Amino acid sequence: MSRPLIETTPTAPAGIRSLTYAEALNEALREEMRRDPRVFVLGEDVAVWGGGGIFGVTKGLVDEFGPQRVRDTPISEEAIAAVAIGAAVAGARPVAEFMYVDFMGLAMEPIVNQAAKIRYMFGGKARVPVVFRAQQGAGRGNAAQHSQSLEAWFAHIPGLKVVTPSAPADAKGLLISAIRDDNPVVFLEHKALYNLRGPVPEGEFTIPLGVADRKREGRHATFVGVHTMVHKALAAAETLAKEGIELEVIDPRSLVPFDLDTVVASVRKTGRLVVGHEAYERCGIGAEIITQVVTAAFDALDAPPLRLCAKNVPIPYNAGLEAAALPQAEDIVTAVRRLVA
Amino acid sequence: MAIEIPAALTQEQLRAMLRTMLTIRQFDQRALELYREGVMRGSTHPYIGMEAVAVGACAALHPNDRITSTHRGHGHCLAKGGDPRLMMAELLGKATGYCKGKGGSMHIADLEAGILGANGIVGGGIGLAAGAALAAQLAGRDDVTVCFFGDGALNQGILHESANLAAIWKLPVVFVCENNQYAMSARADKFTSVPDPTVRATAYGFPGVGCDGMDVLAVYRAVADAAARARAGGGPSLIVCVTYRYFGHHVGDPLNYRDKAEVDAWRRRDPIERFEQTLIGRGVLAAADVEQLRGEVAGEIESAVAFAKASPEPELTALMEDVYA
Repeated sequence: MSRPLIETTPTAPAGIRSLTYAEALNEALREEMRRDPRVFVLGEDVAVWGGGGIFGVTKGLVDEFGPQRVRDTPISEEAIAAVAIGAAVAGARPVAEFMYVDFMGLAMEPIVNQAAKIRYMFGGKARVPVVFRAQQGAGRGNAAQHSQSLEAWFAHIPGLKVVTPSAPADAKGLLISAIRDDNPVVFLEHKALYNLRGPVPEGEFTIPLGVADRKREGRHATFVGVHTMVHKALAAAETLAKEGIELEVIDPRSLVPFDLDTVVASVRKTGRLVVGHEAYERCGIGAEIITQVVTAAFDALDAPPLRLCAKNVPIPYNAGLEAAALPQAEDIVTAVRRLVA
Repeated sequence: MAIEIPAALTQEQLRAMLRTMLTIRQFDQRALELYREGVMRGSTHPYIGMEAVAVGACAALHPNDRITSTHRGHGHCLAKGGDPRLMMAELLGKATGYCKGKGGSMHIADLEAGILGANGIVGGGIGLAAGAALAAQLAGRDDVTVCFFGDGALNQGILHESANLAAIWKLPVVFVCENNQYAMSARADKFTSVPDPTVRATAYGFPGVGCDGMDVLAVYRAVADAAARARAGGGPSLIVCVTYRYFGHHVGDPLNYRDKAEVDAWRRRDPIERFEQTLIGRGVLAAADVEQLRGEVAGEIESAVAFAKASPEPELTALMEDVYA
């Protein structure tokens, strides 16, 4: 990624240096594993491959913490999830990695029927402090089984939290909060963001789940987006600014819990709403966000809200087809122009 | 046939084992009645006929050891120290129940007693058990986890994944298959590729042991050996207990897939009667002691039912509580 830094830091940091999104995640894991001996990492190729993980997120962790706490697993996604859940209920704080979110289809039983429900079914007597990490998203030609964005699957299920950082500092601060959370958290990264560089505070740095971040201030329309769509919206905002249209860009950062207040406050200012995600349009999180905003602030809307999402089609391999399946910055420019006209 | 009494078991332990078997039977008989009366909702899956498995296995465990259970979980819960009053209240959906009325029969758990929950998903507890064993291993504790599952779960993918993982990581877990012959209407001998599921353990490189699941002491011996092996770092084992559920899968079972002669044949090997005869025959208990135990248990179960019936319904304000910690 060649995009410039994205200013995201909400609190006064102890020290700022630039890290990639992958390095920020790595730092979060490393600091939490140092702080809490109950934290451990498991997943496919998280320890040995290339020194840690196919995207380098777990790089070097095995050298510091050993193979007991940084565990390569067989290709057994259902067991990875279930074992992590069982360990969490029995007192550990596992961080389970799924190589691609698409593979979490193999693990939906334990995630949906066990992790999400154990606390409620047991009358509140259990804690399930487990993080399910995965990367998702398209843009690299990985085709239909390695490019999906499936955040809405998990956001649908009561008992799960869903986190979707778009910037390095957010990645660190949110992952630490996810690890310290006593609930199952589905922590979704984006494969195209791992090399994105940005300022990341050193040391103890957390961002609470459920607090959105305004990535750019504007007054003519509000954009709420997930992952890469935040960056596409920031690029679109540059273009629109030259035309005198100021686009406000909000990253909810977690979808469950969702910071509706920040989004509604923005919509009350701008009167217009566009949501964007790489997930398929049908039953995507955008439908939920729009419904919540319309229900809470119908009177504030000067125009019907818009969705910019992936087409309802498997993500294709060919570069041109793949780009056509996904919402692009130009689509945001066009949509916002139409919305404010 | 003669049953041998393991030397490790004291008279008090043997008496307690028989008492728990009687408790399970009477508890589930009462649960069936409550269900038929319309007092209990959902479904109930009686453990009657299988008492030797839960009691034999849990008698071989330490207090800090853990179990995972199944949809047919009342027996496991009682055998691991669950409180029949809190269980009965949960069956009636009451606020005083184990799960505040939010779980019901299939989700009873008591984490302090090491019961990581019954489970409404066939095979759902298998991976959780491996995970609990991993947590113990990581924390340097020597406790083991016993994973109960039925013959139906033999053909769930999670068993393969978890068995392999437990083997390569030498997890202190004991997989206890309760082969009660039927997964709903599916006969184990027709729906499982091998007549003897213990051979599957060979594929994972750990011991697979068959055991008479109608003999509480045979189950005790098998699980005690496997638990000792797991505690010593020797890794997992599979124990297949051959047993039988006297009643249907649940109350609404049409039971058109097995005949009465088969049921009667199994009932002639009743695990409670056999154990009673053994204990009386060896002079461990007198016939009068057994009668006294039956009376005690009946009183305890009636007291549990009374407690459950007298308990309040959950407040509707509790609906949205406990979703998140």
